[in-house]
Amino acid sequence: MRTASRLTGAVAVVAALAAVATACGSGATGRGETGVVRASWGDPQHPLEPANTNEVQGGKVLDMIFRGLKRYDPRTGRAVNAVAESITTEDQRNFTVRIADGWEFSDGTPVTAESFVDAWNYGALVTNNQVNSYFFQYIEGYEDVHPAAEDARPTAETMSGLAVKDDHTFTVRLNQKFSQWPETLGYNAYAPLPESFFTDRETWLAKPVGNGPYKVDSYTKGQSMRLSRNENYSGTDKARNEGVELRVYTDTNTAYTDLQAGNLDVADDIPASQLKNAERDLDGRYVNQPAGIIQTLTFPLYRREWQGEDGRRIRQGISMAIDREEITERIYHGTRIPAGDLTSPVLGAEGGHSRDLCGRTCTYDPERARKLIEEAGGLPGGSITLTSNVDTGSHRQWMEAVCNSINNVLDDNGACRIRPVGTFADYRKDIAADEMTGMFRAGWQMDYPLIQNFLQPLYYTNASSNDSGYSSEEFDALMDRANAAERSQAVELFREAEKVVLRDLPAVPLWYQNGTAGYSDRVKGVRLNPFSVPVFTDIEVV
Amino acid sequence: MGRYVIRRLLQMVPVFAGTTLLIFVMVYALGDPVAGLFGDRAPDPATAARLRAEFDLDKPLWQQYLLYLGKIFTGDFGTAFNGRPVAELMATAFPATVRLMLVALVIETVVGVVLGVVAGLRRGRGIDTSVLLLTLLVISVPTFVTGATLQFLLGVKWPLVSPAVSGEARFGELLLPGIVLALVSLAYIARLTRTSVAENTRADHVRTAVAKGLPRRRVITHHLLRNSLIPVVTFLGADIGSLMAGALVTERIFNIQGVGYHLYQGVLRQNSPTVVGFVTILVLVFLAANLLVDLLYAVLDPRIRYA
Repeated sequence: MRTASRLTGAVAVVAALAAVATACGSGATGRGETGVVRASWGDPQHPLEPANTNEVQGGKVLDMIFRGLKRYDPRTGRAVNAVAESITTEDQRNFTVRIADGWEFSDGTPVTAESFVDAWNYGALVTNNQVNSYFFQYIEGYEDVHPAAEDARPTAETMSGLAVKDDHTFTVRLNQKFSQWPETLGYNAYAPLPESFFTDRETWLAKPVGNGPYKVDSYTKGQSMRLSRNENYSGTDKARNEGVELRVYTDTNTAYTDLQAGNLDVADDIPASQLKNAERDLDGRYVNQPAGIIQTLTFPLYRREWQGEDGRRIRQGISMAIDREEITERIYHGTRIPAGDLTSPVLGAEGGHSRDLCGRTCTYDPERARKLIEEAGGLPGGSITLTSNVDTGSHRQWMEAVCNSINNVLDDNGACRIRPVGTFADYRKDIAADEMTGMFRAGWQMDYPLIQNFLQPLYYTNASSNDSGYSSEEFDALMDRANAAERSQAVELFREAEKVVLRDLPAVPLWYQNGTAGYSDRVKGVRLNPFSVPVFTDIEVV
Repeated sequence: MGRYVIRRLLQMVPVFAGTTLLIFVMVYALGDPVAGLFGDRAPDPATAARLRAEFDLDKPLWQQYLLYLGKIFTGDFGTAFNGRPVAELMATAFPATVRLMLVALVIETVVGVVLGVVAGLRRGRGIDTSVLLLTLLVISVPTFVTGATLQFLLGVKWPLVSPAVSGEARFGELLLPGIVLALVSLAYIARLTRTSVAENTRADHVRTAVAKGLPRRRVITHHLLRNSLIPVVTFLGADIGSLMAGALVTERIFNIQGVGYHLYQGVLRQNSPTVVGFVTILVLVFLAANLLVDLLYAVLDPRIRYA
């Protein structure tokens, strides 16, 4: 009978512990305020200023409380006029901007030409330490307010290319031809700022004031932000709910659990470990749609072993040795799509996206991969490494899968090894210092839905995100021509330029990344915009 | 006693300096925090240089450290890269974590000691075996597993509690996270108490007390426990520090914006002022807790005297 009594003892203790555990709850929290959408959020990395926000969480808020000259249609990704009545040019270089009547900031002050010009000058001025300054680099006089050298002082406070004509008109002169420039103006960095920002920045940062469909009611840094519908909003995309409560979550898993428990209405970014079951768990209230993000493997072309014809052939071979279909399916459960070009499906065919542009190079072909690498004399040094930061985004998993795929094709377990880097900052430091030896991850999230944005910053000579050190006169010339061309011809020229990159292959396309989200049965109309941010104005509370 | 306290306080100075220097060097040697601020872009040299100057990152390490120490003594822990003073982050983070820690400490002490005493007094019997088995189970399952499981069961499956703790982090909400955080230490305390109680039941003074005909309750609380608790108190002292740091996992699971969360964010974003500032405070807490434990010995066992 001894075992029996032991067992009862154990059961009693377990029961006691369970009782302690359950007795504690104050019960699940209520259904939330009527008409207010409760959504997950992350702590923004920078103070919430339009020109100082370069990550999704801060961008999410700016998207709600600001409207710039243009806005990107959440369905098509096309830039449509918001505050702008018209933006006209004769020569693709001098633009006249007319602002529509009736726009106001949520504090009642009108949105004028100065609101834009002052905001842009503030964003560009080097002494304001704004990380998005480079958005203004096409405006004439940028290098006077933001000299490139480390210790140079600005020689001007304002950019000479900007001139206010009257309350509703200003002109912009660019330092080069750029026909697509108006299309970039939907980005948050170009948002107008009210006078209160310049007179009392600290107060403004504590509770930002904008001209968007929502206004900030309260902001508890690191915890939550409450936004309510801006009744004075002049745009066409008025909010269909009373407001939004953004709650900071320490972990996407917790947000997901809270969504399942009914304490949250919208959770964007479903954690990778839950993707497999999300569709079933959420009873179909699951969103999985293309976002303007592409992942590539980039090669350090600044190293000799990756240069020349042999280097190119090895890169092609490696590309063909990666079984994209299998990896995206196994690891990502349909939330990544094997890439066939360097852009993103959100651009659409008329925007310059086409999945077969890369052709054979991006198709899994073990035979050819082996042959190409052998012909080129094998992998440099006999083996290669694959590097990425592993602190976010479950990068370790796909890196192992990619290396396994290459190893299987080459029938050599040591051909490809992963070299994880602890933090993103550390990783970026190595890349910026040109210290990469093997291939490395280069994710690109678009700033605006234009094919130009997927090419120029990444592959133009000395561009800001040209991590491989790629430089091609042919590509640069085609980009210049495309930038100067009328909009209708521009896309075709950009595609020509993209073909040059795919031929030289400084980077191998891996897959297009989708945005994911889940929502509760309390709301409807949840979808993501091309930047994988929920379109809050469209969400209805039922 | 007074002299002992002063000596101990003086000993803290080199320990404090040493640990902060170590953390400082480790965090700052890791890489360039400014590089991460620009996302996937190469840092704009002019802005990066200005940011480095703002955070003293352009000076040699020893100079940065001295500047940092100097500022700490005036209560200035620097500014995190998101523009918020680290002191302000601490003011929101520490109260939440301290509340969580108190909940965990109370649970683990009360439940742990009770389980330990019960098991120790009934050594070898069914209840003793089940306590041993149970604690073994608790020790071997990692905190994030118990945390996520309990969260799912009690928060989603049978909605008794909210899976995520609100921004205020009230005591009521912290019970479940507190239990999760306490579990492992609770198991250790139960085992420590059990062994110590089992040993002391045969001690002379306990036998004498029983022979004098004292009530059983009095024998246990006054004669048996007082001695048996010394190893437990030692453990608790060390545990205060590890609870605060160990809250990292629990806080993430239950969405508590406490010390663990800010440390994690700080490390992830290589936000050196945050990391070094928080760790500095943790070091102080740890040192103070250890001093308190040493002083408690004298209270528990009158034979221990400090000159």
